[in-house]
Amino acid sequence: MDKNVLDHIEMKLPARAEYVGVARLTVSGIASRAGYSYDDIEDLKVAVAEACTNVVDHAYEEDGFIRMIFDIYRDKIEIVIADRGQSFDQEDMKKGLGPVDAAKPIEDMREGGLGLFLIDSLMDEVEINGEKGVAIVMTKFLQGDGREQNVNGIPETNAQKQQ
Amino acid sequence: MNLDIRTEELDGETVLFVGGEIDAYTAAQLRESLLPLTENEGAVIVVDLTGVDYIDSTGLGIFIGALKSANSNGSSLRLTGLNERVKRLFSITGLDEVMDIEEEEEAQ
Repeated sequence: MDKNVLDHIEMKLPARAEYVGVARLTVSGIASRAGYSYDDIEDLKVAVAEACTNVVDHAYEEDGFIRMIFDIYRDKIEIVIADRGQSFDQEDMKKGLGPVDAAKPIEDMREGGLGLFLIDSLMDEVEINGEKGVAIVMTKFLQGDGREQNVNGIPETNAQKQQ
Repeated sequence: MNLDIRTEELDGETVLFVGGEIDAYTAAQLRESLLPLTENEGAVIVVDLTGVDYIDSTGLGIFIGALKSANSNGSSLRLTGLNERVKRLFSITGLDEVMDIEEEEEAQ
């Protein structure tokens, strides 16, 4: 283990929708412990829930698990949400990733697909790895002053980590 | 952890009061309450989200579905009572550009 990691937490939850809320409470507790601000904790909750929802919806045909790993560093938290289910085409997954296009007719709007976009918007770094399954690795930096910089704006994902 | 949902008829509008956390588990409950309302031609539906303190893409997806249904059935859909967090997710995803969202000051 990287010796810069202050704390390492691992957890396995049933890959069922009713446990996504448990994942959310878990990250909320860990991030609060690590000193994140209210807004950052809310961002982390959404990002973790989106990644877990992906596992619940896509990974397994039958029962399976959501694996969660949290590595707390001095200045950031790195979270891995992984499954061992079918992996899907990452290029395909990233295709069409983006906000709702107001210029498009409403009938063409998709009801799904906003999840990954949200993860990307709310976290500072996001990586997707997948061979036997999918692992979403996401990082959020600890803010010095604890204030969100782009509360209402279109996400400037990496603007936050420079302080 | 279920959603707390009730409807009221107020001045010719159907108001759906929602409370709780809208996520992968509870979104179906919202869909079941909201979609049938949008299928009545001419219906004016207001979803009051004052009691909602969490929403993610599954919940946003329900509103996209409801908006589509409202458009194709000739009803209208308006959201009100969004807190800062909930509003933020609508704006990051661009949904605030396509949905009728009441500003906080006007909300009851």
